[in-house]
Amino acid sequence: MELTFYIAATVAILSTVMVITRYNMIHVLLYLVVSFLAVAVVFFSLGAPFMAALEIIIYAGAIVVLIIFVIMMINLSQEDVQREKEWLQPAVWVGPALLSAVLLAELAYIITAANPTQTEALVAVDAKVVGLALFGPYILGVQLSGILLMAGIVGAYHLGRQKKKVIHRFLQERSAAA
Amino acid sequence: MSTVSMEAALLLAGILFMLGLISVLIRRNIIFMLVSVEIMLNAAGLAFIVAGTRWVQPDGQIMFIFILTMAAAEVSVGLALILQIYHQLKTLDSDAANIMKG
Repeated sequence: MELTFYIAATVAILSTVMVITRYNMIHVLLYLVVSFLAVAVVFFSLGAPFMAALEIIIYAGAIVVLIIFVIMMINLSQEDVQREKEWLQPAVWVGPALLSAVLLAELAYIITAANPTQTEALVAVDAKVVGLALFGPYILGVQLSGILLMAGIVGAYHLGRQKKKVIHRFLQERSAAA
Repeated sequence: MSTVSMEAALLLAGILFMLGLISVLIRRNIIFMLVSVEIMLNAAGLAFIVAGTRWVQPDGQIMFIFILTMAAAEVSVGLALILQIYHQLKTLDSDAANIMKG
C-alpha cells in the first residue's frame, strides 16, 4: 500500500508539471485528468475510498467536461480539419496514456494482491461514518453549501447571458442622427 | 492509522499547491489560470484528507466534500466570466482585462 502511494504521488507530480508546462489547452486538460486520477489513487491508499470516487466523478468528470465545453465554444471559429488531424498524433496521447497505465496497474494490484486480513494497519474511514457526521453535526454546512450552489447557478446564468441591447426608438433616432 | 507516512502525504499536497501557484503566476491565459486554481483547491483537499486519516476522523473528508462543492460553484461562475470576457474583449489574455470599464 505504501509503494502504491509513492507511485501515485510521483504520477500526480509528473502530470501536474506537464499541466503547467504545455501550451495546447487540450493537452493540458488530458494531463489534468491524469493528475486528478492519481490524486484519487492517493486518497484510496490513504483510506478514503468514497472521496476517491467523488474526486473522479466531480473533478475528473464534471469540472473538466465543463472546461472542455467552454474551450469548444470559444475555439469554434478557428477550428479546421488540419488541426483535428494534428490532435490525433501519437505524441499527444502517449504521455497521458502511459501515466494512466501506471495507475491502472496499481489498481489491479490493489484489487488482486491486497490481502484483506493484512489491512488492519489501514483503518479506512468509510462512507457511512462520513455520512453520519455530515448529516449530524455538520448539517449547517450542508445547508450553507446548498445556498452556495444556488448562488453559483444564479451567478453563472446571470454572467453567461448574452445581453441584448434594447434601445428605445426615440433614442435610436437620436443616436442615428448624431 | 495508515502505513503511509503523513509527512510524505503532506509534502505531496504542498508540492501540488506550489505547482498550482507557480502556474497561476506564470500563465497569462485565463483558462489556464482557472485550471491552476483547481489544482490548488485539490491540493488543499488532499491536505484535509491526510489530516482526517491521521486522526481516523470523518471531519477531513467532510471538509473535502465542502471544498468540492465550492470548486464546482467556483468553476461554473469562473467559466461564465471567461465567456463574458471573451465576448467583450475577443481575447483570453488576462492582461487585456485590466481596464475596469464595461
